[in-house]
Amino acid sequence: FLGRTVDEELLEELEEVLITSDIGMDTTMKIIGQLREDVRKQGLTTEQQVKERIASIVEGLIDKGENHQICQETPLVILMIGVNGGGKTTSIGKLANKFKQDGKSVLLAAADTFRAAAGEQLELWGERVGVNVISHHEGADPSAVIFDAIQSAKAKKTDILICDTAGRIQTKKNLMVELEKMNKIIGREYPEAARETLLVLDATTGKNAVSQAKEFGEITDITGIVLTKLDGTAKGGIVITIADEFNMPVKFIGIGEGMNDLKEFDPAEFAGGLFNE
Amino acid sequence: MAFESLSDKLQGVFKKLKGKGVLTEADINEAMREVKLALLEADVNFKVVKDFVSAVKEKSLGSDVLESLTPGQQVIKIVNDELVGLMGGANSKLTYSPRGFTILLMVGLQGTGKTTTCGKLANYLKKNGKKPMLCACDIYRPAAIDQLEVVGKTVDVPVFTMRDCKEPEVIAETAVKEAELKGFDVLIVDTAGRLQIDEALMEELVRVKKAIKPHEILLVVDAMTGQDAVNAAAGFDDKLGIDGVIMTKLDGDARGGAALSVKQVTGKPIKFIGVGEKFDALEPFHPERMASRILGM
Ligand SMILES: Nc1nc2c(ncn2[C@@H]2O[C@H](COP(=O)(O)OP(=O)(O)OP(=O)(O)O)[C@@H](O)[C@H]2O)c(=O)[nH]1
Ligand SMILES: Nc1nc2c(ncn2[C@@H]2O[C@H](COP(=O)(O)OP(=O)(O)OP(=O)(O)O)[C@@H](O)[C@H]2O)c(=O)[nH]1
Ligand SMILES: [K+]
Ligand SMILES: [Mg+2]
Ligand SMILES: [Mg+2]
Repeated sequence: FLGRTVDEELLEELEEVLITSDIGMDTTMKIIGQLREDVRKQGLTTEQQVKERIASIVEGLIDKGENHQICQETPLVILMIGVNGGGKTTSIGKLANKFKQDGKSVLLAAADTFRAAAGEQLELWGERVGVNVISHHEGADPSAVIFDAIQSAKAKKTDILICDTAGRIQTKKNLMVELEKMNKIIGREYPEAARETLLVLDATTGKNAVSQAKEFGEITDITGIVLTKLDGTAKGGIVITIADEFNMPVKFIGIGEGMNDLKEFDPAEFAGGLFNE
Repeated sequence: MAFESLSDKLQGVFKKLKGKGVLTEADINEAMREVKLALLEADVNFKVVKDFVSAVKEKSLGSDVLESLTPGQQVIKIVNDELVGLMGGANSKLTYSPRGFTILLMVGLQGTGKTTTCGKLANYLKKNGKKPMLCACDIYRPAAIDQLEVVGKTVDVPVFTMRDCKEPEVIAETAVKEAELKGFDVLIVDTAGRLQIDEALMEELVRVKKAIKPHEILLVVDAMTGQDAVNAAAGFDDKLGIDGVIMTKLDGDARGGAALSVKQVTGKPIKFIGVGEKFDALEPFHPERMASRILGM
């Protein structure tokens, strides 16, 4: 049995794989362009060689080396941000679980005071994982929740404070200003703490994720992405475009709704996953 | 932004077409390449785009277009009409049971906006003189029942719950009896988000469907969804037979190509769009507006 030869049809098929995994057109063209060159220069002749080559080109775009790791310093404040329904609150529950298992002390701040029962949702996660949650009543100022949580974290010498925020569409000015304020409060009240700002992206998202990375990136210093819902059929390829355009590393992936369904991001595995059926 | 430059480009191509007294096949091919890119950047599904472009091309190359006095304008019109045609179609309104008691079942992937949309629909129905009740069948997500209760309170619609019951079909069936008994005329059933490939949870929905025989099964789809929209929609439709789609989160800058894709693979109409988090942020769907949004014009 001989493998297929490398022809236009194979390249077109691979291009289709990239497009249908939500990688943007520009990045797709860039990848295919590079592939053509490599096929020629390296004299690749089998389908297998070509597929391995394209996976490693993709891996090269998404691999940000040590930046994939979450900050190891404490005290650490993690601010979770993103559009509605992406999986912020759930990912916080999973992260809290992971840190606890690593022997760290964790506190959660329920700074989504807007969405119906957002506080209750986070409190249930706190119970499930066994960590405390600071929350105010619905409609309270989210910055005030964060302020209180910081005082509590300082007093108890908590290693890691994770702040939940309400989902917000990145084009809504007033909501982005509110987020900016929360971000400033952390800097002002807890300057000695190390910081992570994680943008939560739903793997089913298409091109709009680029706008999300851009707009959220303009008002906060995004240190990483949590890519959720990879247990479904969506490939989450848009993070390749984002990694390519904004140099943002993916730090974790979400692969389910349970507290253990969070994994550290592995660039090679992710790139390979795009080309597996 | 990539979006803008693309729609600018498209405008440019259309302008060029408009200005031409004579169109060649090459002109049309170039225009179709730009249309294809625009649709892909707007998240329309790859296969849907391919079919769409070849259909438009075929129509555009007809002699009645090429030999007309304004061939460019004709091509533009074909693109627009085809898009609207794909998204429109009959029966985009909610249907009510002739018996007077209507059951709506909300389904979809995680986080798309089902629970919020339950509140919006209840609010909408109330304004249209109906007497709706909500029913909480999400037994998995932390505080999902609390969330629906807060939603119900906000729109002033009662919420049926059975907190100790772990069988959504039993909860739904009991809610139907209660709602009918108490004189409500619509029951809106919220369900947990789930992946279309999760067989156990899809079976659960089938049981709920069997138990309550909803008049409308509404699939809630996030407008920001990319290429995967078709997989999810086809999965839910194959298993349950959906009646319509509600597309949420169109208040941002998402181009909403998922709308076209979902309509195309299921053949089911889009009935409403969600344009915000508040409970009045629900609008009837307009295919023409969506067509221009997708093309970025
Ligand atoms: N299958 C799957 N579902 C997930 C994953 N992460 C989160 N979810 C589900 O997605 C839905 C939304 O998650 P939330 O954590 O409430 O999302 P959020 O970003 O906090 O939402 P808002 O606060 O409303 O903006 C819930 O049903 C979660 O269980 C994941 O990795 N896989
Ligand atoms: N901006 C905007 N947000 C919306 C819209 N519809 C829903 N949301 C938000 O999206 C998030 C998820 O909404 P939910 O109603 O909890 O979604 P769900 O489908 O019930 O989620 P699960 O039950 O976890 O599957 C919430 O933050 C809602 O406020 C909309 O049309 N526009
Ligand atoms: K989503
Ligand atoms: Mg949340
Ligand atoms: Mg819900």
